Amino acid sequence: MTETITEHKTVFDVKDMNLWYGNTQALKNLNLEIPENQVTAIIGPSGCGKSTFIKTLNLMITRVPGVHMSGDILFNSQNILKDRIDLVNLRKQIGMIFQKGNPFPQSVYDNVAYGPRIHGVKKKKQLDEIVESSLKDVALWDEVKDRLNSSALGLSGGQQQRLCIARTIATKPRVVLMDEPTSALDPVSTLRIEQLISELKNQYTIVIVTHNMQQAARISDQTAFFLHGEIIESTDTGSLFSVPVDRRTEDYISGRFG
Amino acid sequence: MVAREQFQVELSKLRGDIISLAHETEKLLEKSLEALYNQDIDMANDIISYDTKLDQKELKINEDAILLIARQQPVATDLRRLIIALRISSDLERMGDNAKNIAKSTIHLGEEHGLTIHPALTDMKNIALKMVDLSIKAFEYEDITLARKLSELDDLVDSMYGEIIREMLEETATNPQKIQHIMQMAFSARYIERFADHTTNIGESILYLVKGETLNLNE
Repeated sequence: MTETITEHKTVFDVKDMNLWYGNTQALKNLNLEIPENQVTAIIGPSGCGKSTFIKTLNLMITRVPGVHMSGDILFNSQNILKDRIDLVNLRKQIGMIFQKGNPFPQSVYDNVAYGPRIHGVKKKKQLDEIVESSLKDVALWDEVKDRLNSSALGLSGGQQQRLCIARTIATKPRVVLMDEPTSALDPVSTLRIEQLISELKNQYTIVIVTHNMQQAARISDQTAFFLHGEIIESTDTGSLFSVPVDRRTEDYISGRFG
Repeated sequence: MVAREQFQVELSKLRGDIISLAHETEKLLEKSLEALYNQDIDMANDIISYDTKLDQKELKINEDAILLIARQQPVATDLRRLIIALRISSDLERMGDNAKNIAKSTIHLGEEHGLTIHPALTDMKNIALKMVDLSIKAFEYEDITLARKLSELDDLVDSMYGEIIREMLEETATNPQKIQHIMQMAFSARYIERFADHTTNIGESILYLVKGETLNLNE
């Protein structure tokens, strides 16, 4: 089932993708198009394969021993499962945010400057600009501009997560993958991140895995419902949460299981 | 299916409250015609005061539904179940108002002698009651086949209403002294017709619940 609702360009085109951990099949025949400058939410109960799926998009999953895959993932007209891919370059274009902010044990400034430095930006002035604009984009600048040289570990949980988003967008990726980015945050920090996601989608394509169905309903443009490694239904978020086609989707979003 | 058991329990209580409100509305229409035919002013007054109880029940259903939305944040069919609970209770309240208006007509007519009530009003009322029954079964079983049947019955009520109004108009020409009586008859016919219309709204709510889209049963 491949469905795209908008006329947005397709960033990822996943076709007949399967994934096994050893002999156990974790993803089954997935087909999904991820549109540009949209928020795509991946929902489903624990163990449904949603985190595994998101990690296939930047090939992080290939580091897990025993993983093998079939099918295609087209990104930038390259088949990242079959073509020879420069992983550093791929991950420059596809950033990732995890459940908990995981800043490096360095200063706020160095955290954000880390990516651009690796990718060859050396001039202090240019780095300063990148750090400032990235921190402004995540609405953290006003809170940290006087403590750029303090340790990032001194920030609150919500600030750390926004710092990690700033670190990710400092390299100007095309896509930001988010694996339950607010599950460790309090409600106010969660709302700030959600607000941020809505703003960031103008510049980036966002794929978010979330356990929080209301969050998916609030912030995403399209939603894919995963169950037992399969995509049961993927469509625009409004339709999925108001008139889901598949009974299993209805049962899951209505809280009857999971 | 352990999850959200409390929600299901409260939802089914809400459904029960709506069904009982529907039955009370039915009774009220039945009685309002009885009072009209018998020119029973006491009964008409009872109907008017009973209608305020129905208004309160509607408010209670609305409060319960809103509370469930706030507390449980339902989506998809569950959300539509609550949305239609709000709509249907409002339709039932309006149906009660129509019965009350017939009681008011009864009072307007007073204990005048020598009046005949048009027999077709009883036929209209019987079909309207059948429609409540059908709509409430459609609600109870979430059955769109039953809901769709309302459309046909509504057409029948509409044509009976048209017929009664034509006859009344002719009568005003021949018996101008009876104008007050004839007008109250025509109003009563209109109230029954409106009552029946509301049952088609209930049917539309069922279609919305099941299909997730708005369809018209009253064209």
